[in-house]
Amino acid sequence: MRRRSLLTAAAATTLAAAPLATGCGPSSPPPASSGGSSRRGHLTYGVWDVYQVPAMNRAAREFERTRPGVTIDVQLTPNGTYWTKLRTACTGGAAPDVFWMNGGNFGLYADAGQLLPLETEGSDAVLRPADFPADLVSLYRWKGTQYGVPKDFDTVALWYNKEIFDRAKVDYPDSSWSWQDLISNAQRLTDRKRGIYGVGAPARNQENYYNSIPQAGGWVISEDKKHSGFSDEHTREGLRLWIDLIHRYRASPSLQQMTDTDPTQMFQSGTLAMTYEASYNAATFYRDRELRAKVDVAPMPKGRHRASILHGLANVVYARTPHPELAREFVQFLGGEQASLLQGKYGTAIPARDGTAKPWAAGMPEFDLQVHLDALDYSVPYPSSTNTAAWQHKEQMWLAKAWSGDESLTGATDSLTDAMNQLLAQERKGRS
Amino acid sequence: MSLDVRTKPAEPAQRARQDGLDQRELRRRERRFQHRDKWWGYVLIAPAGLGLAVFYLWPVVQTLYYSFTEWGAFGGTSWIGLSNYRTLVGDPEFWQSLGNTGIYTGLVLLGIPISMALAVLLNIKGLRGTGFYRTFYFLPVVTMPAAVAVVWRWLYNGDVGILNHALSTIGIDGTYWVSDPHTIRFAVAVVGVWMTVGYNMILLLAGLQSIPGDYYEAAALDGAGRVRQFFSVTLPLLSPTLFFTTVLSVIQSLQVFDLVYLIIGANTTNALQNPAFGEGQTVVMLFFQKAFFDNQRGYGAAIVCVLFVLIMALTAVQFRLQKRWVHYA
Repeated sequence: MRRRSLLTAAAATTLAAAPLATGCGPSSPPPASSGGSSRRGHLTYGVWDVYQVPAMNRAAREFERTRPGVTIDVQLTPNGTYWTKLRTACTGGAAPDVFWMNGGNFGLYADAGQLLPLETEGSDAVLRPADFPADLVSLYRWKGTQYGVPKDFDTVALWYNKEIFDRAKVDYPDSSWSWQDLISNAQRLTDRKRGIYGVGAPARNQENYYNSIPQAGGWVISEDKKHSGFSDEHTREGLRLWIDLIHRYRASPSLQQMTDTDPTQMFQSGTLAMTYEASYNAATFYRDRELRAKVDVAPMPKGRHRASILHGLANVVYARTPHPELAREFVQFLGGEQASLLQGKYGTAIPARDGTAKPWAAGMPEFDLQVHLDALDYSVPYPSSTNTAAWQHKEQMWLAKAWSGDESLTGATDSLTDAMNQLLAQERKGRS
Repeated sequence: MSLDVRTKPAEPAQRARQDGLDQRELRRRERRFQHRDKWWGYVLIAPAGLGLAVFYLWPVVQTLYYSFTEWGAFGGTSWIGLSNYRTLVGDPEFWQSLGNTGIYTGLVLLGIPISMALAVLLNIKGLRGTGFYRTFYFLPVVTMPAAVAVVWRWLYNGDVGILNHALSTIGIDGTYWVSDPHTIRFAVAVVGVWMTVGYNMILLLAGLQSIPGDYYEAAALDGAGRVRQFFSVTLPLLSPTLFFTTVLSVIQSLQVFDLVYLIIGANTTNALQNPAFGEGQTVVMLFFQKAFFDNQRGYGAAIVCVLFVLIMALTAVQFRLQKRWVHYA
């Protein structure tokens, strides 16, 4: 009981502190006298991608340079344990002052009051929405309040192996390709004797079906976050593309094969002619000199529409940080031009800030990375709700059954719709 | 030969009379001494007891409490009574994972005869290199399950795995062992057996070596051959050890997590993409998924509470049944 009351007290403090910290009330203006340079302190910054640590460290050093007396400690937690650790740390009041957030988890943290609201207007604005792609800004907005400054974004494009195309005498993909072109060419590129497949069609959401669903005119979750769109006919059409590539056109390895060996690895080792990959893999492909010469990138073939899922990370501030003002300044700095350009230069992620993405594409001139940047023009927001993880779990389990052929697509999506709607109803109940 | 027990209580009294102390004083001293003795006993077991209470008993009580609550992602619980358990009964995923765990446990128990055979072989007198064999079979036990899983995942790989390569040389087309719903349970159980055989073997070997040689001599004199000796002497006298290994194997198998979790690839980003995931998932994996990824911790607590009760019940049944087949010499 004591523990419970302690937790309640902690939660109450958090909730109570949130509006206090925002300074949204007219009676509590932020202390204007304490200028940025006079603040001292130690901040921790939680990240999960080992490849981005050098860039993050560099940004932290830059921030320290302009703020004497301030130290930033970049803490790396591997992706696999990042969220469990962070959630425990948040419950215990010991989360990093500033940390990375993604679209799938954002709702949970914002809804539970774990994040500090960030000003978007006035002289204290931590971010100006106009500086970032609108979908990314809104991805980190909860009930009208902004909680995250977009850090980077990733779009999806069609990566292809020129060597395999040349051997099969198939023209390289370009922006004119439709789904039909993808299918027929993937069939032509498939060479079972050599163990080569035309395209990888795994049951990945961000890289595959979250793109094909809007391309077919379908939807994953309704705008009011109340309903699943998986039993919509257009949604099914977007899913069927991949299943047909495996079973009907036999131009992709089976799901079993792709479970044993990751399709990205297959592409890297030259057994896949084409693969849908998110932009963050560009640097990985680029690092491999041999591969660098062989592969390039083209826009995703269009279905009924042209569409690309847009996802990106954000920097957020922990609600119970002992240095809220300093943390806000750091987040503002990370979203600024200097840090964004720096991030782009390191190559792993495309900086979210408008006009700072060029160095990312220019850093790998052998690839036509502009297609990843152009995808912003036809992007659709990443589907999410409060407890996205719960229904994504069901989504992946049911769709894997459809992909492997153990279940019909209609049957699997019907079951998935039921399960997802039930979870969404629970979410609403939990919130009221 | 032995002391006369009946005269023993009288002794202190006699001594007391000799020492000039009266009976009452002596009893008082004795009681004080006994009291102090008891007190010391408690003091000495206190650290262990405290550890047990804090890290075992309290969490059990807490988990039981949480299984009746809905627990938000960041603490803050609300009492919902039996609701989690009602959901559990109607959750096909739970029943499937329970079934998977049951099958896994059954298959791993098949490893005990293998351990037994190995132990008997290693117990042969005059066998050379027993040290090497013992180490050889014990090696999987001391290897981290994570490392074991990673290596076996490669061995099982459908396209480049060594297992399928070996099978292809004798004309058999292998399958995708860990992503095929039909083979996943067996594939995992083989690794489970491989990992536990060494441990059980060492225990059984110790049991074998504690059987006095006289019995075999007597049996041989009575004309019993090797086989008869095994069934009439070795097996009955080894039954306490066999019972112990069985109970332990059942408990460990019901709680299996890391090995299956890693073989199935649940640590990778495409975890749930494995079409055999449902057929491979164990109860503890389901708990982990619900509590730490789906943010349904109250429900997760209910899952492990059911598992706890199940293990208790199964162990109780085993203890009940032991009267029929376990012989303590």
